Amino acid sequence: MADTRTIQVTVNGRPHRCQVEPRTHLVDFLRDELGLKGSHLGCEHGVCGACTVELDGRIVRGCLTLAVQADGAQVQTIEGVSESGVIRDLQQAFVAHNALQCGFCTPGMLMAAKELVETRPEATRAEVREWISGNYCRCTGYHAIVDAVCDVLHQRKEARS
Amino acid sequence: MKAAAFDYVKADSVAQVIELLQQHGDDARVLAGGQTLLATLNMRLSEPALLIDINGLAALRGIERQGEVLRIGALVTHAEIERSELVARHAPLLAQAAPHIAHRAIRNRGTWGGSLAYADPAAEWPACLLALGGTVVVQGPGGVRRIAADDFFLGLYTTALAPDEIVIAGEVPVAREGQWQGMTQLARRHGDYAVVGLAATAQRRGAALASVRLAFMGVAATPWRARRTEELLEGREPDDATLAMAAASLRAEIEPLPDLTHSSETKRHLAGVLLQRLLACARRDSKG
Repeated sequence: MADTRTIQVTVNGRPHRCQVEPRTHLVDFLRDELGLKGSHLGCEHGVCGACTVELDGRIVRGCLTLAVQADGAQVQTIEGVSESGVIRDLQQAFVAHNALQCGFCTPGMLMAAKELVETRPEATRAEVREWISGNYCRCTGYHAIVDAVCDVLHQRKEARS
Repeated sequence: MKAAAFDYVKADSVAQVIELLQQHGDDARVLAGGQTLLATLNMRLSEPALLIDINGLAALRGIERQGEVLRIGALVTHAEIERSELVARHAPLLAQAAPHIAHRAIRNRGTWGGSLAYADPAAEWPACLLALGGTVVVQGPGGVRRIAADDFFLGLYTTALAPDEIVIAGEVPVAREGQWQGMTQLARRHGDYAVVGLAATAQRRGAALASVRLAFMGVAATPWRARRTEELLEGREPDDATLAMAAASLRAEIEPLPDLTHSSETKRHLAGVLLQRLLACARRDSKG
């Protein structure tokens, strides 16, 4: 057994105290230790975005963050933001626009889209495309995904006015 | 793939980092944002025995104006630079370049100091620091020393940083009245490394440009200054004739390294195109 470290991390509002190997990245920890299989592993070197999770309120690549670095941090995964309902409009828009086929990229897409609609409420379609450029969809459903995100930006704007 | 096993220390002080570097030498790697390092570990391109995590060092965070320089701590993330009002006011080149670095999730974690220390010749921060005539602040067993950007980037992924030193900050001169700064790049997809990129600064003297600095990314083993073309532009107004002359000078001066998909000739051509585009912006900006 390799040398392990104790970390205390709050995931989706629940505190955990776990032993991790330094080499274990955040998504392997979430999936294998906590059984949260919603965050996916694609390329495992920071290119595809399928592993996108929130660390202390900002999206990160889960494969390029070590679990041991999440010690003392707050992590949100797709399970947490689905349960709390904060991205219900995004999820409904993805369904309405057929913005997924196989669904493998969808959790990462939703996590990325969440930070966009929360921090850039005035984003244009071009800005949505740029933002989403960090997430691969190999079913090539980008057009519908951008449509869905733009729809939510519009809905939230209407709701504010 | 998964990273091979390594030991991990979360450092409490810069002194501890230096001590560990002296003790472990090349078997240790410093972990800042980790957006390059952890990818190379996952791909097993690198198998260090020890990672020294510097993310707990508060002294390496923060952006502040100190007299005539803007000091950006090594652990400041790309996203923090992107949204910093101080950066937008005093070093607009950096604000302009930040959105071109990878994607949001990576910009939330990748750092200014990590990018400078890694010294990727196609990356934005090394070229921007060079264009701004900035300084890298490093700390080692002998204390703190400052290295001009012109002397820092020595070769491919090779810098003037000694094996037992770390980057603690990067400083850029505060933009003076009449200073022009701009950057442009060509990438296949937003956020990819530039095929060719150009960061430039100049001081306006009426309609003419002075003290021009042209720092290219993606063309050499280091970020690269086109010094002959800079001299040629000195004191000239960036009109159509100057743009054509500058592009010809650059294409004669530059010897771009090819990459997997672009020949040296293609990059030579593109560098000239980018130079003309950017100088045309300098002209428009000056009339604005």
